[in-house]
Amino acid sequence: MSYCLYCHESYSKAWSWEVLIGLEVSPLLCQDCEGRLVSVKGEICRICGRDFSIFPEQYRQGDCCFDCIRWEENESWTGILQQNRSLYVYNDFMKELIAKLKYRGDAEVVKAFYPVLSSEFKKISRDAILVPIPLSEERHYERGFNQAELLAGGLKKQVESLLKRKIHEEKQSKKTREERLSQKENPFEVVDSVKVKDQKVILVDDVYTTGSTLRCAAKVLIEAGAKEVSSITLAR
Amino acid sequence: MRFVSLFLNNRLTIAPEILVNDSSLKAVPFGELSTLEQPPLNPTFQYDKKLQQILYGKQLLFDELPFTVDQIQLHYENGYVKYSHGICKTSNGYLCSRCGNEKSRLFAMFSCFCCKNDNCVYCRNCIMMGRVSECTPLISWSGPEVRWSRGNKLHWNGELSSGQQVASKEFVERFGSDGKLLIWAVCGAGKTEVLFQGIEKALNLGLRVCIATPRTDVVLELAPRLKAVFPNTIIASYYGGSEERETPAQLVISTTHQLYRFKQAFNIMIVDEVDAFPYSYDKSLQHAVSRAVTPKHFLLYLSATPSKTMKKAAMNERLPCVKIPKRFHGFPLPVPKMVWGGEWKRRLEKGKLPAPFLKWLKAQGESGRRAMIFVSSVSVLEKLSELINRVVDVPVDSVHAEDPMRKEKVIQFRNEEIQLLVTTTILERGVTVPFLDVAVYGADHDVFTESALVQIAGRAGRSKDDHNGDVLLFHYGKSLSMIQAINHIKNMNKEAGI
Ligand SMILES: [Zn+2]
Ligand SMILES: [Zn+2]
Ligand SMILES: [Zn+2]
Ligand SMILES: [Zn+2]
Repeated sequence: MSYCLYCHESYSKAWSWEVLIGLEVSPLLCQDCEGRLVSVKGEICRICGRDFSIFPEQYRQGDCCFDCIRWEENESWTGILQQNRSLYVYNDFMKELIAKLKYRGDAEVVKAFYPVLSSEFKKISRDAILVPIPLSEERHYERGFNQAELLAGGLKKQVESLLKRKIHEEKQSKKTREERLSQKENPFEVVDSVKVKDQKVILVDDVYTTGSTLRCAAKVLIEAGAKEVSSITLAR
Repeated sequence: MRFVSLFLNNRLTIAPEILVNDSSLKAVPFGELSTLEQPPLNPTFQYDKKLQQILYGKQLLFDELPFTVDQIQLHYENGYVKYSHGICKTSNGYLCSRCGNEKSRLFAMFSCFCCKNDNCVYCRNCIMMGRVSECTPLISWSGPEVRWSRGNKLHWNGELSSGQQVASKEFVERFGSDGKLLIWAVCGAGKTEVLFQGIEKALNLGLRVCIATPRTDVVLELAPRLKAVFPNTIIASYYGGSEERETPAQLVISTTHQLYRFKQAFNIMIVDEVDAFPYSYDKSLQHAVSRAVTPKHFLLYLSATPSKTMKKAAMNERLPCVKIPKRFHGFPLPVPKMVWGGEWKRRLEKGKLPAPFLKWLKAQGESGRRAMIFVSSVSVLEKLSELINRVVDVPVDSVHAEDPMRKEKVIQFRNEEIQLLVTTTILERGVTVPFLDVAVYGADHDVFTESALVQIAGRAGRSKDDHNGDVLLFHYGKSLSMIQAINHIKNMNKEAGI
């Protein structure tokens, strides 16, 4: 018997051959909580990894969503972020879960996803360096940890904190997409460009919402000489 | 946080690292300070009245106080504020001194940026109130007490039923010193009014009173009623998201969870629905109650369905008890009827409803009367409400604990915008709607304990103009709980002499 890392209820996983031989990996959550997660699977946007099955048909063109097309059409952003892949849809439950992690500071919640993170992303993270999206110094002190760093820890690979935030900016969520896009100043800077040069980098963050945070981070890495930059997030 | 130890006025004191500009002093995580020196009270210090009012009788984190670390530290240095450890090491693990948690699985550690400790331990049990970790001090008030006004007049001229009168008198006469009392009142007996006279007396003696209840809905319902009858008293309600937490209130209405914020605050603690989830099986909430009361205190328990232990204690007179077996309107409690529902679970999986249930459902739909339909789990809830929607042509909705629209749906149900409300046991208490029938789909399921069924049945017949609502238990084999619940209700009616 185990205890759900989210709601603390006890549970026992259904027995199956797939689980036994490690073909099927699930989060360390009870059936009720797991049932409220929606995995991203099936057809997805080639770039941002959004699940097409829950996305209106008219906002896609071929294997890409309109948001990504808009990014790619803008010269200064073309090819900056090679691809993003996420584990789950950012639904109400995911929002609650991430709020508990970030705003209540329950760091342990992240561990529920460690088995899934390492098995799902083993392939794409091969011969790449993992770089978590940093928090500002103040935010980091307030929270006591950086959730992106904790998530990166689940990929069982060396994590390199090669980025830092320049200034404490306004809350991202208060700005519109336009404001975020037009924001001239990139909030990130590279800490050690030598380590970045000619490397394949994978950024790690908790959630991909508009994609601007990850693209800003990717941009400074590319400018510092990274070969290619993609990203992994828990939710999309 | 990290703290440094230093000499101030020739005494060893501690100060947050961020406030000290002396790199020669070694900063250590708060949890590593083994003794916490308490400076003596400086009587000439001009303390902040607002801080006193917020902090008096509580134990809070820096983050919960609308004051800067400087301001709080200054009060500490003058003896008006006390720092204490939130997480303590014990012989076999840890203890959270806010919530009393000792279960090792409810502690976790993380690499902490505030105290630079790679294994900073924190409590997961009370995380909803902000994180208590080894390096977060709990802050309490050690300055002068808050004095309460004595002009608390009860503005109420309603009349008590004879049962209410007996209970009310018992409450008024018993307190004064230590003690406890159980008021065992059937659903619909009107237990709130029973409290009025006792609360008035207590307030005028300068005592501080708390009504604790497991559910936010009850706090929201009680607070305006009490504010209306005690217009001159400062009353605050505490629940997740409440905005009155900074009010220095003499009468507090709080969810049991929010009690974690208090320490030695209340002379009289009224625990409502003492048997209800999650109080009954959560030891740490009992800890919260015992922490929130002053060393000498009076405990009043209210329940319609006391637990076995409590009933036993009442029987051998270890716990004084008064019963109110009759509803306020004087009519008997509706007795549930058992109805064979066949394999309700299998049928549901096949997308079908059992014939007797279907028949009832159609009749109910046509009658125009509201009904609550209780189910055992969220998955049954979803399937059943979908099927019901296909069968009847009246407004149907469903609600469960995690439903973000829960409050709104209950209001819609009250306003008759929803006729049939499918619900998990979350609404087994509290919701009081006149002209209501009740059905339980799959009443033989384990979640429907004797007390759950008594509470569910207690939803029906609440108004004197409709005192006879139907209570139907659709089952696939009678359970012991069903039989016990029916006997419980019949006995109460017998005791009431009706
Ligand atoms: Zn769970
Ligand atoms: Zn896309
Ligand atoms: Zn705790
Ligand atoms: Zn710490």
